[in-house]
Amino acid sequence: MSTPIELLPNPSLRTEADYPFCPGCGHGPVLDALNEALMKLQLAPQEVVIVSDIGCSGLSDQYFTTSAFHGLHGRSITYATGIKLMRPDLAVVVIMGDGGTGIGGAHMLSAARRNIGITVLVLNNFNFGMTGGQHSTTTPEGFLTPTTPSGNLEAPLDICATVGVNGAAYSYRGTSFDHDLADRIAEGVATEGFAMLDVWDLCTAYFVRNNQFGRRQIDATMEALGLESGVLYRSDKPEFAAAYRKLAGGQHEGLRVKRVKATAAVRLDKRMHFVVAGSAGGRVRSAARLVATAAMRAGWWSAQRDDYPITVKSGHSVSEVIISPGEIHYSGIERPNVLVVVSEDGYGKAGPYLASMTPDDTVFVVADLPRPDTAAEVITIDPNQSDVRIAKAARALAMVAKAVQTSGVVPFELFEESAGEGGFGEKNLELVAAGVGLPAG
Amino acid sequence: MTALGGLRITTASIEREFTDGATAIVRGALAGGCNFFAGYPITPASPILMMMLRDLPARGGIGMQGEDEMASIGMCIGAAMSGARAMTATAGPGISLYSENIGLALIGEVPLVIVDVQRLGPSTGAATTTAQGDIQFVRWGTAGGFPIIALCPSTIAECYTLTMKAFDLAERFRCPVFLMADKELALTMRTVDPADYEDAVVRERPVIDPEDLDPPAEYRYEPPGEVVPMQLYGGKHPVRFTGSTHDQHAYITKQPEIVGPLNQHLISKIDDHLDEIALVDTDLEDGANTLLAGYGVTAGSVREAVAAARAEGTKVSSITIQSLWPIPERQIRDAASDVDRVVMAELNPGLYKRELERVLPDKEIVSIARTDGVLISPSQLLEVIE
Ligand SMILES: Cc1ncc(C[n+]2csc(CCOP(=O)(O)OP(=O)(O)O)c2C)c(N)n1
Ligand code: SF4
Ligand SMILES: [Mg+2]
Repeated sequence: MSTPIELLPNPSLRTEADYPFCPGCGHGPVLDALNEALMKLQLAPQEVVIVSDIGCSGLSDQYFTTSAFHGLHGRSITYATGIKLMRPDLAVVVIMGDGGTGIGGAHMLSAARRNIGITVLVLNNFNFGMTGGQHSTTTPEGFLTPTTPSGNLEAPLDICATVGVNGAAYSYRGTSFDHDLADRIAEGVATEGFAMLDVWDLCTAYFVRNNQFGRRQIDATMEALGLESGVLYRSDKPEFAAAYRKLAGGQHEGLRVKRVKATAAVRLDKRMHFVVAGSAGGRVRSAARLVATAAMRAGWWSAQRDDYPITVKSGHSVSEVIISPGEIHYSGIERPNVLVVVSEDGYGKAGPYLASMTPDDTVFVVADLPRPDTAAEVITIDPNQSDVRIAKAARALAMVAKAVQTSGVVPFELFEESAGEGGFGEKNLELVAAGVGLPAG
Repeated sequence: MTALGGLRITTASIEREFTDGATAIVRGALAGGCNFFAGYPITPASPILMMMLRDLPARGGIGMQGEDEMASIGMCIGAAMSGARAMTATAGPGISLYSENIGLALIGEVPLVIVDVQRLGPSTGAATTTAQGDIQFVRWGTAGGFPIIALCPSTIAECYTLTMKAFDLAERFRCPVFLMADKELALTMRTVDPADYEDAVVRERPVIDPEDLDPPAEYRYEPPGEVVPMQLYGGKHPVRFTGSTHDQHAYITKQPEIVGPLNQHLISKIDDHLDEIALVDTDLEDGANTLLAGYGVTAGSVREAVAAARAEGTKVSSITIQSLWPIPERQIRDAASDVDRVVMAELNPGLYKRELERVLPDKEIVSIARTDGVLISPSQLLEVIE
């Protein structure tokens, strides 16, 4: 029932301009109710940001003295979210049409799930007013629009339930004719969390004309669809922007960047290329990393380029390490000096490398794979011949250790230093020792 | 086996980083004052999203994973209008979804940094393969054809410096600034000398102090070609913003005498200040007949090719283009003034070559272009230097 309008000291937040809507259009009365609501809440114009969507409803912000953001079709909730996150003290009110609930449906859902403290006012006239009355997400079945000339076949969206079951703090359905609309809007704006008001109104230019629709049909349609009016959902889940701020602050250490000190001065005459080819999930990258950082301990420069399919834990994993006496500007590898083939997945990727290699280069290959056809020297390693068990995922490190020790591509002591560092240091060193102890043939 | 013997250093004289471009971009953003980030996961840009969301909250900033790319850039735009220094990061497929909002940031004059970690396209293409195929896309990727700024780092240290620079230019010109990275630069780890990270000057955001205003000033595009300070939400006066053509008070209009200057302003504010944006790194040699040109990851190949050629006694000059848009035309012409030939190396179908042909109509332009996901090697470039 209608609440008597109190005499408030606050001025209206409407501009002097008349609305631009067609005669009888339902948008105007809803905006009047919004103004009344903002006045009831005693909000000053600069304390309110009206974020308008696109459509006839999207023209609304221009008739208020508040701050305004008029952006793209369907995206109004995203701008409102950005504004609320930065300025939780502002009242952020989205005005959109039913069109916006379709093209921007994902944002509506996410805003409800986040429970971001904005208010969304849907001026729901069952069609796209501005573009000529085409059907929208809320056009009921059977109704006529220029794009449903034989009657709409799609089920209408239940906006309130959609956001209501997905976390919205407040969800209300009503019509532009409701006497308590201003109070409900004020309630929505005053809600800390996400508030949705689905307000049904008339598009006299199209939906009314195409369907002999009117005030009485709004109520009848609601009843026929089994939809209720009033405040339908409430939740007291914490508002997102406040919850985010509460959770933030000092719980994460800052960005960590690996620094490596040179602990030896070793002469290196030319660039060396060290490639490990194995399986995703086989710790290829971390084994290769130890070669790269060992080189830095010698005062050299390194680069590591990883190649893997998008499915990080299956398929191949190939790491190319470049070791250079000077800065590396080009991170490609034309010919590996050392290639370590750890698994069948890696073998599958090794073809071009093997073809490029010369008798000066060395291939280390796991014993259960066929001996590769290459000009390079081939050394087979059998991880099963170890005293300590070497798991599949540990093969890369064990074989890389053996390859480093045998080839001398970086000083083995420095490789051990790299391997021994950090939380996995001890475990790594056990594997390095196991790897070095493997028979090679 | 190499034995270290007496080669141990006792006092550590050299300490270097082993890091990647994505990390440098994040550090550059934080150094540039970024306090709002929103993005949607996509290879190879996801590491930036994860680092920003991990690091920002503890610093009082806000990091969001949007429900999609439209939401991510939309939140950034809303946040920027409320005082944030905002950044987002994606790859080509995400730039497609940013498209309409890039236009909104343009007409609304919203400072915003957009990182594009390029991967091989078209479409989903190859997510973990590097490429430079988006450089024309970001220039022309939104309706209208209005100018944007795009910087392109070629080293990890430049990822840091140019990200800072992007924040500065975004504020200076109140527009979206793209940082064009690629998978190779962003994710390949390299040794970096910490001394190589240069700080760029990031100017304060000029804002209209609401206390100075009563009544609220007319906003934007006066005088033409000059950028006026921002008015942010939440000050003493209401602030209006619209993506539609509008008058000085952000009321929608299509009157030609108002819309003309508004749109001309969006062009002039960039075109009247080209030298403030232009960034190239030239390495010119007297008597050279060829200028090797690269940007981003191909600039590394150019540098190595130049060193190799000179070691063999071949004269050659080079240019690294660090500001792709607007095109640093004067700087390119200067660099090419003494050569007959310019070799443009790029990982796309030859997208910047066409710009060089226009800027240097009297030079022979040789295009070295790859679209197979393989880097252009220094030896491929050496083949075309005689
Ligand atoms: C991306 C995009 N697609 C399409 C349009 C065209 N368009 C303008 S308004 C509108 C629909 C508006 O309908 P609704 O949201 O219900 O608002 P109403 O006019 O009924 O108030 C559309 C599709 C647009 N502006 N942007
Ligand atoms: S077209 Fe429909 S929604 Fe638009 S102003 Fe007219 S009646 Fe209202
Ligand atoms: Mg509508």
